[in-house]
Amino acid sequence: MFRIDGGDFAGAGAVSSKIKKILQHIGTKPEIIRRASIATYEAEMNVVIHATMGEIALDATPSIVHIRILDEGPGIPDIDRAMQPGYSTAPDEIREMGFGAGMGLPNMERCADKLDIKSVVGIGTTVDMVFRNE
Amino acid sequence: MSEPEETGKYFHSVQLIEDKCKGCVTCIKHCPTEAIRVRDGKAAILEVRCVDCGECVRICPNQAKAAVADTLESISKFRYKIALPAPALYGQFRGGVKPERILAGLIHLGFDDVFEVAYAAEIISGRIREILQQPDRPMPLLSSSCPSIVRLIQVRFPEYIGNIVPAASPMRLAARMARKHATETLGIPDEDIGVFFISPCPGKVSAVADPVGYSKRFINGAIPIAEIYTKLHSFVYNASDKDVTDHLCKASGVGIGWGRCGGEVLAIGAHRHISVDGIHHVIQIMEEMGRGKLLDMDYIEMLACVGGCVGGVLNVDNPFISRRRIRELASQDSPSESDAAIAERQAQLLQTVTPDMLGLDEPIEPRPTLCLHSDMATAIQKMEQLEEIVKTLPGIDCGACGAPHCRALAEDIVRDLAVETDCVFKLRERVHELADEMAELAAKLPPAMGVLGKGPTKDDDKGNSSTAGTEAGS
Ligand SMILES: Nc1ncnc2c1ncn2[C@@H]1O[C@H](COP(=O)(O)OP(=O)(O)OP(=O)(O)O)[C@@H](O)[C@H]1O
Ligand code: SF4
Ligand SMILES: [Mg+2]
Repeated sequence: MFRIDGGDFAGAGAVSSKIKKILQHIGTKPEIIRRASIATYEAEMNVVIHATMGEIALDATPSIVHIRILDEGPGIPDIDRAMQPGYSTAPDEIREMGFGAGMGLPNMERCADKLDIKSVVGIGTTVDMVFRNE
Repeated sequence: MSEPEETGKYFHSVQLIEDKCKGCVTCIKHCPTEAIRVRDGKAAILEVRCVDCGECVRICPNQAKAAVADTLESISKFRYKIALPAPALYGQFRGGVKPERILAGLIHLGFDDVFEVAYAAEIISGRIREILQQPDRPMPLLSSSCPSIVRLIQVRFPEYIGNIVPAASPMRLAARMARKHATETLGIPDEDIGVFFISPCPGKVSAVADPVGYSKRFINGAIPIAEIYTKLHSFVYNASDKDVTDHLCKASGVGIGWGRCGGEVLAIGAHRHISVDGIHHVIQIMEEMGRGKLLDMDYIEMLACVGGCVGGVLNVDNPFISRRRIRELASQDSPSESDAAIAERQAQLLQTVTPDMLGLDEPIEPRPTLCLHSDMATAIQKMEQLEEIVKTLPGIDCGACGAPHCRALAEDIVRDLAVETDCVFKLRERVHELADEMAELAAKLPPAMGVLGKGPTKDDDKGNSSTAGTEAGS
């Protein structure tokens, strides 16, 4: 379980790097590491940009890698819409930092073998990603 | 039990000089692949992880790390000796020394022929241009010319092995062309030919002895630039013009430009590209890639040494000064040559070699050095133990245990390569506990204890033991 702080751009990416290292330690296939790293980074950044505080949990067995990102924040009112490539509510100053292309969730969907998002407006969001190790 | 570290599987130029090592832990903190541990007061290199980048050679305050390579004497084993000078060699002489003087100097040192790696670099540039035209190529392509970077990718970023450009290194192509010329044109038997790379770095020395991506060796040895420098220097500055001919110089400035960072991307005419020098910066760029960034880049030139090959630890001159010299040479003969003209010349040069000389002939394999166990279920268990151990360590990364940081010690513990009390803080805790236990035990000494000693021991002994008993009890 690793903590992510909303708005912490300096530390952004640190948690997904840790996840990557753990996956390397347990002998996950490089191809899965490649996809899982990209997806975890996007999820981590969504917490940093859009939410207040979050946590990442990793659960791995020889057959699957399960990554859960749980946050306290505004939640996502319309998940289908948020999944659209290019849809973003990121404010201008975030866009100036190179984020907010609206590609994070579509990337996560492309990289993960299974993506499941649950969100309650005003409370927070839970993202579950599964990667199959075969 | 953990699997033992494999030894003797990889050749490494970078070695420890034991007598000089003070076990100061400076190098373990700077190693980009966490390949060094201090054991029994000496820095030990973990072979599978070492990429021969030479960072420890640079950083060691006691000069206890050195690059082991061939000597100039070793060329005498061969009847026909060919030198392959690295482009960086041209940057080692101040005062506008022309390449022909340097190459003639190599002949003077005892070589029969010189084949410029810079010439092969131009041909490889043409090959990379072709690969960049392929619509289904991976993006970005990563340069394959620096062997330490190729090994870094094998060790730390195996998920991007597929992005390494499948082009032979200029050094290898040079060796094959030189050998081919000697056997086919001059009729010299292959076994009589000794091909020696004049190397700026330990990475290339290791690549010569133990090539990655190739099944067959074409180069017999690698001699450090620094090893031949004194002799070469005296020829370069003192030889009369009649001893210097320019028939050995075939490389263009574009090829020589490979000797510094940025030369490669210029030579291949990549549009969207990045040049990164210094292995720690390369790691940052690779991490950026690992986050799914930079996918719109065509090409990333990555060199382990700051400044590119002129920054290799086996050079002699200051890297920034040699970089300037290389830049001068790169633009000297063709200051305003257009990219189209360069491409045209490279395309023609490509016709002079066969396709099999231009690529790799073996897959580049991952080196899964971080994996805690080959059985994944066991590895996961060990990972859980590792996390538990990390929690109990102080987290100040002092290095006194011989590992670069607390997490690395935890990793070594679950691999059975270290024990918890290697941590000085843990050791102190244990000593404390033991001391408390002893005090407690001592306090529990039955009064009869003093009597026990009475029979066989001398009177003064008895006195001592009873005092000890009293002290502990008070
Ligand atoms: N954890 C979250 N909490 C609240 N809203 C979120 C969260 N994750 C995504 N969203 C919403 O979904 C939208 C789309 O997310 P997505 O990651 O696809 O794009 P982005 O983060 O805006 O931009 P990019 O990821 O390209 O930098 C976001 O703009 C935001 O409105
Ligand atoms: S950058 Fe050049 S000199 Fe440095 S390690 Fe790589 S190949 Fe050798
Ligand atoms: Mg996003």
